[in-house]
Amino acid sequence: MTLANDIAITPQLVADHGLKPDEYQKILDLIGREPTYTELGIFSAMWNEHCSYKSSKKWLRTLPTTGPRVIQGPGENAGVVDIGDGQAVVFKMESHNHPSFIEPYQGAATGVGGILRDVFTMGARPVAAMNALRFGAPEHEKTRHLVNGVVAGVGGYGNAFGVPTVAGEVEFDARYNGNNLVNAFAAGLADTDKIFYSKAEGVGLPVVYLGAKTGRDGVGGATMASAEFGDDIEEKRPTVQVGDPFTEKRLLEACLELMQTGAVIAIQDMGAAGLTCSAVEMGAKGDLGIELDLDKVPVRETAMTAYEMMLSESQERMLMVLHPDKEAAARAVFEKWELDFATVGKTTDDLRFRVLWQGTEVANLPIKELGDEAPEYDRPWVEPKIPAALAADDFPQMDVADALLKLVGGHQCSSRRWVYEQYDTLIQGNSIQRPGGDAGVIRVLGHDTKGLAFTSDVNPRYCEANPYEGGKQAVAECWRNLTATGAEPLAATDNLNFGNPERPEIMGQLVKAVGGIGDACRALDFPIVSGNVSLYNETNGRGILPTPTIGGVGLLPDWQKSVRIGFAAVSQPILLIGGPAERGTHLGQSIYLRDLFDRRDGDAPHVDLSAERKTGDFVRTLIRSGVVTACHDLSDGGLGVALAEMAIAGGIGATVTDIEDHDPVLQYFGEDQGRYLVTLNLDPQGEEIAALWAEAKTRGIEAPWIGTTGGTELVLGKARAVSLAELTQAHEGWFPSYMNG
Amino acid sequence: MKAAVLVFPGLNRDRDMIAALTKIGGAEPAVVWHQDADIPDVDLIVIPGGFSYGDYLRCGAIAARSPMMDKVRERAAKGVKVLGVCNGFQILIEAGLLPGALMRNTSLKFVCREVKLEVTNTDNAFTRGYAKGQIIRCPVAHHDGNYFADAETLARLEGEGRVAFRYAEATNPNGSINNIAGILNAEKNVLGLMPHPENLIESAHGGDDGRALFATLLNKAA
Repeated sequence: MTLANDIAITPQLVADHGLKPDEYQKILDLIGREPTYTELGIFSAMWNEHCSYKSSKKWLRTLPTTGPRVIQGPGENAGVVDIGDGQAVVFKMESHNHPSFIEPYQGAATGVGGILRDVFTMGARPVAAMNALRFGAPEHEKTRHLVNGVVAGVGGYGNAFGVPTVAGEVEFDARYNGNNLVNAFAAGLADTDKIFYSKAEGVGLPVVYLGAKTGRDGVGGATMASAEFGDDIEEKRPTVQVGDPFTEKRLLEACLELMQTGAVIAIQDMGAAGLTCSAVEMGAKGDLGIELDLDKVPVRETAMTAYEMMLSESQERMLMVLHPDKEAAARAVFEKWELDFATVGKTTDDLRFRVLWQGTEVANLPIKELGDEAPEYDRPWVEPKIPAALAADDFPQMDVADALLKLVGGHQCSSRRWVYEQYDTLIQGNSIQRPGGDAGVIRVLGHDTKGLAFTSDVNPRYCEANPYEGGKQAVAECWRNLTATGAEPLAATDNLNFGNPERPEIMGQLVKAVGGIGDACRALDFPIVSGNVSLYNETNGRGILPTPTIGGVGLLPDWQKSVRIGFAAVSQPILLIGGPAERGTHLGQSIYLRDLFDRRDGDAPHVDLSAERKTGDFVRTLIRSGVVTACHDLSDGGLGVALAEMAIAGGIGATVTDIEDHDPVLQYFGEDQGRYLVTLNLDPQGEEIAALWAEAKTRGIEAPWIGTTGGTELVLGKARAVSLAELTQAHEGWFPSYMNG
Repeated sequence: MKAAVLVFPGLNRDRDMIAALTKIGGAEPAVVWHQDADIPDVDLIVIPGGFSYGDYLRCGAIAARSPMMDKVRERAAKGVKVLGVCNGFQILIEAGLLPGALMRNTSLKFVCREVKLEVTNTDNAFTRGYAKGQIIRCPVAHHDGNYFADAETLARLEGEGRVAFRYAEATNPNGSINNIAGILNAEKNVLGLMPHPENLIESAHGGDDGRALFATLLNKAA
């Protein structure tokens, strides 16, 4: 078989498509001839890192992905988890790092659009969104511009689409100077018997194109996202897509309406590598061939080539396989919503991916090898070098009150209000806990009491120092944040952001972090049901901090029993649950060292997974029993910062006594893991609290009474009292003053 | 008391509004799609919030020119009550049912937060469930809520008691002139406001200060 080729396939052209010489040889071996230009584009789209997971697949397979509640694990558009009563939560997190650095507003906006589409493609109406954003150092010249653009883009798309943003993360570090991270999460609700999948079934059925028209935007975007940045980055702007949330909102309504008609056999959104990826996935998964006629594709520009149409990443498009007898009903739905609807091809039984354009065949490729049998690598990796643990007395001193004010008013721990007030956090009317707490909480429509909790977590400093412990910690912190609202952690999605996997030390980070994630997920019964890998996050050879973001979902049987982080009333006992008897001991890789002394040394704190589970289960039991009035997990900045955040959120002060013979810096700023602060509506001298302590003792959990709420100051042991007003001003002040600077 | 909710493509707080009307009124409102032939015979027409037609051109400008808005104008002229919230307010202004303009927030950013509102006038069908001068909590979520009108229009609005709500206690989130959050037409049967009372009607919302507005309209006890 020969296909006409009007563009010469040179080694340079192959390299420009991100394909290595050995990968090109594989193509030649596979098809037994030189590929056409269009075919080369299709291969580059399907075999790039972003779409094929070729470097990470081997390691992703080691993650636990099943569980009694898991309906669908990784491999579909999103994971699906049973939440009882015939309902399911459908969720995923995905990165849009490279586009957001090149063009922050559109990059972030289309990241949100893409993840929302993944969720409603499965038949779920999106009910919550989160985003984890990581930027370069605040003082870097581009950071402010990127923060402005990314936050406006996330808001611009999500607000218009109409999904509440309920939680998220914003972090700064110089290692993201040339490569920021935008990880977008979305969750939707569906009935367990009405989930839609991408696997095509049946031969000779219409393949239907829906949504927006195809333009030249985003051609080659997935290939761009699979390469490192050099100094030519500005030239890559045309590979960023442009979002249209208005079309997406109509597409959502039209898809959900269409699904009601029973017309949909298979559905796949057009995300990375657009038409190519969606068609190949539907066919390959269903063991079917697909034939596309590009002359039927709705286009918004004239004279588009087959190559451009196959690689366009124009947004807000869907591909479906429909029941032929319901095509008319389907068309009516799309006409109502004023969206394009075109039958562009059919399923075949020959396992070929055939593309026709202007009457000629421009591609004819084996569909399985393009899709689920794409190449896979076992890349060389080296064991990461773990820094030595900090010597017991190797930490500088600072006045506890001064340190607290600096941390609470610094870039790491300050309030993110400037960011989340640009997001619609209450649309749909179900937001029980909005951003600013440990996790976002929504009530579940269609049920009287049920709620869902959402959080996104990772500590890249820990992952850099010790990828295995950092991977564990990301999962544990996510699980902990869900638990702190009273929720039962159900499952998680992982968004693995790393540097260039062709470098063995980066691959070592990935291998060990995934190992840590897997161990933690197994120990906590917290399976990974969906995810995304973003590699090549580096600029001029310097990688980002390894950042495996974990997005978690928890279930609340009764949202009225969920608790918040703010102190709720005065004169209530404060208990520190979990961790060592000395309260804080670990300063390696802490915010105290990094942000106050510019030191990034020591090992990351280790997570004791059995203690984690034991402590979390105890805290959840307490919350559900109704005795807990506020709860907050301890993370960056340890006990001191956690107490300050609870005081600020509740507008109530507290007095805390310290342990006599232990350094206050360790006590208040140590970042030991597996700890929670709770306040109780119990008499600290009474029988109920005595029973609680007896139970904690039986379970082997520390639960000391460390202080009492009340007053307008936060008093940490012998340190100078800090007024709530001063704390609040520091906490709220950093972000707006930075952005106005 | 029968209500209808109008839906244009791109509106997204229609479900919040339908939920509020249903919970407070005890009956589901009619939902009218912009291409429907007519609006059923109702006492209250609500245009909810969102981003009709993507807010392209100008917020509310495209929906305001829809044939459906001619029908709203006819009903309003006959005394049917019309409530526009957020994008609904923008549409009513663009349609000429209310005076003035809603410009981009002075911060140039979308803002979603809780504000305080003063119920400035209560001699109308919408706000008589509140006490005159009462301060209530209410969330806002918009990018273009900065109300502006020329001096003459403003004097008339103030003089005729047509300012229904004003941002209070220094919580004006958008730079609106005279802290205006919501205004009435001369006949006081059309109200437009930027804040979202439908998102503060029950304990799950953390308060129910928005409830009285709907309860009054639907002749129910708050």
